[in-house]
Amino acid sequence: MSDLLRLATAGSVDDGKSTLVGRLLYDTKSVLADQIDAVTRASVDKGLATPDLSLLVDGLRAEREQGITIDVAYRYFATPKRSFVLADTPGHVQYTRNTVSGASTAQLVILLVDARKGVIEQTRRHAAVLALLGVPKLVLAVNKIDLVDDAASVFAEISAEFNKLTSTLGWAADDVLEIPVSALHGDNIASRSENTPYYDGPSLIEHLESVPVDADNTGAHSLGLRFPVQYVIRPRTAEYPDYRGYAGQIAAGSVAPGDEIVVLPSGVRTTVERIDTPDGELAVAQAGRSVTLILTDEVDISRGDIIAAVADAPEPIDSFDATVCWLGDKPLRPGARLLLKHGTRTTQAIVGALIERFDEQRLAADPNPEALGLNDIGRISVRVAEPIAADDYRANRHTGSFLLIDPAGGNTLGAGLVGDVLTAVEVGTGV
Amino acid sequence: MTETIRSERSLGITDFDTLAALESEAIHIFREVAGEFERPVILFSGGKDSTVLLHLALKAFWPAPLPFALLHVDTGHNLPEVLEFRDKVVEKYGLRLHVASVEDYLADGRLTERPDGIRNPLQTVPLLDAISENRFDAVFGGGRRDEERSRAKERIFSLRNAFGQWDPKRQRPELWNLYNGRHAPGEHVRVFPLSNWTELDIWRYIARENVELATIYYAHERPVYQRDGMWMTPGVWGGPREGEVLETRSVRYRTVGDGSTTGAIISDAADNEAILAEVAASRLTERGATRGDDRVSEAAMEDRKREGYF
Repeated sequence: MSDLLRLATAGSVDDGKSTLVGRLLYDTKSVLADQIDAVTRASVDKGLATPDLSLLVDGLRAEREQGITIDVAYRYFATPKRSFVLADTPGHVQYTRNTVSGASTAQLVILLVDARKGVIEQTRRHAAVLALLGVPKLVLAVNKIDLVDDAASVFAEISAEFNKLTSTLGWAADDVLEIPVSALHGDNIASRSENTPYYDGPSLIEHLESVPVDADNTGAHSLGLRFPVQYVIRPRTAEYPDYRGYAGQIAAGSVAPGDEIVVLPSGVRTTVERIDTPDGELAVAQAGRSVTLILTDEVDISRGDIIAAVADAPEPIDSFDATVCWLGDKPLRPGARLLLKHGTRTTQAIVGALIERFDEQRLAADPNPEALGLNDIGRISVRVAEPIAADDYRANRHTGSFLLIDPAGGNTLGAGLVGDVLTAVEVGTGV
Repeated sequence: MTETIRSERSLGITDFDTLAALESEAIHIFREVAGEFERPVILFSGGKDSTVLLHLALKAFWPAPLPFALLHVDTGHNLPEVLEFRDKVVEKYGLRLHVASVEDYLADGRLTERPDGIRNPLQTVPLLDAISENRFDAVFGGGRRDEERSRAKERIFSLRNAFGQWDPKRQRPELWNLYNGRHAPGEHVRVFPLSNWTELDIWRYIARENVELATIYYAHERPVYQRDGMWMTPGVWGGPREGEVLETRSVRYRTVGDGSTTGAIISDAADNEAILAEVAASRLTERGATRGDDRVSEAAMEDRKREGYF
């Protein structure tokens, strides 16, 4: 089991996300005395009777002024069993792009709902986005449970509705857990609460500590080696006059000396001679690790190429369909000329047709939209100047994802997922 | 280089733990920058975070020499041990060092000493000047998101405009491990490979990798006086003032910063193991314990970052 879990929060405004995150930090003793003092002082200044734990996380001036979270923030906490990197994302619709950012690396997402409101449109929108991004595990935190009468039946009702939603979106029942919580009072956060006798599952922290996740966070172990070449290491020093190593982080599979590999897109084949690290050679290296590969033949390889296992190497493509989350303020229209970054390769791209636009409310797509606006999700066709060796996003998050970048301003405009990801979400086989 | 970090330790697939994952992520970030930028530079203060940063950078390009220079913004209020350490590191690894000196700016009138005598905020102008004069397009910093609430919002690749300013409302989304380093001429990108590390991760890594640090991190006896609950060292920055008593105590520093505003803590922790125990048990954050400059206001760090500070 991995001892590092990457997670994110999602939910709509005022569901108490920041309070929940503050509570997680507080209950895992990840908040130190001077931070508590600062929050207590600020709470007193605001005229509050008890310390407002959301102030532990909402640190920007504008956030404190408005009492909302504007930008994704990263928090760190640890228990004796695991370390956690938490992306705390804003709930406002206009900041959905930050939810996408936070969830793109998450192995688990805590979705919050207010027990008084239940599953709302924003919950459905977020669940659809999380399904699309292939987030493996979900927790529904039914917050403010202390504020509803007949909590048992309210919790049962919300759980049932959420389960229906997530199974429609393709999650297995084992990958989804609902927990009734009060972030404000700490019910079912660090320990099981006596106030919820109808709930017999683990507390939130118990669950986070024990939920099984893939260590490499790539979504699948079935793929062979995928190694985007980042940098060619050529010391040209007296000690290493002829050294030529290909540096990168393994995106999928594993590699060992003697493995036969193919360089993409050129298709040249050779063999791995050894795996170098500054700490010594490795007998085998798996996804997630940054290493340097030494190959038996002198072949032409440069940044942007992908070294792949011969057995299941992807076919380089220069024209393909993809799902995109549009993150730009100006809408995406057919014919747009953009930059596309896939792995370590950045190439020019032209958007062909807009095939469909996803309606998160109906969990269905409308064909031939005129444009994709901010936060829209849709399917497009793309042509690239240099072929990319991509996998289907559902097979691997790293080799199946790309960015669309504005060639003029340089901003990131779109998050792309290769393959029929959107169709899969529509028919409920997404995760 | 090779003697110090190449060991016979055999790494199997079983020890891919939190530190190994953080190390791999940081190395990936260094290599992305080397692959995409023209003139990157590493900000090096001689503190533990920038020392770990340098250690990771050396690993990322081993066995090749480091493809970046270092930049130190010298406030003129550094503890002598830190400058000694800086120069020793530069010599040991054959690095190139740029120094931007606040003292020079004060001498010729481009900057004016603040009434409180604190020089940390004065670093911004020499830093931005050094970046534009040398046309640095990527500037690595040892900032960690766990240090402070506004740093928690910082991207790993953080775009700064031609004035070096950070605009937290207009940050680029950062997806998967695809970092976007595009920038216009005159703009630069601050890069934070240690974003996901905590103070404890840093110390665990220092212990595991035997990273050599400036000696002030380890308990030692020195004459100190108390101010605002912190133990300060006398130096060119002045002190002790009237009523502040100089006494010899066993102390160590948790952060390296300006001598006028960074305090030591009373400690007997003289090696990595003892420090790990001390940090794990501490009820104060490193900045809360020993950094006067963060106490100015609720948003002191955000305000400085908006001006171009790290």
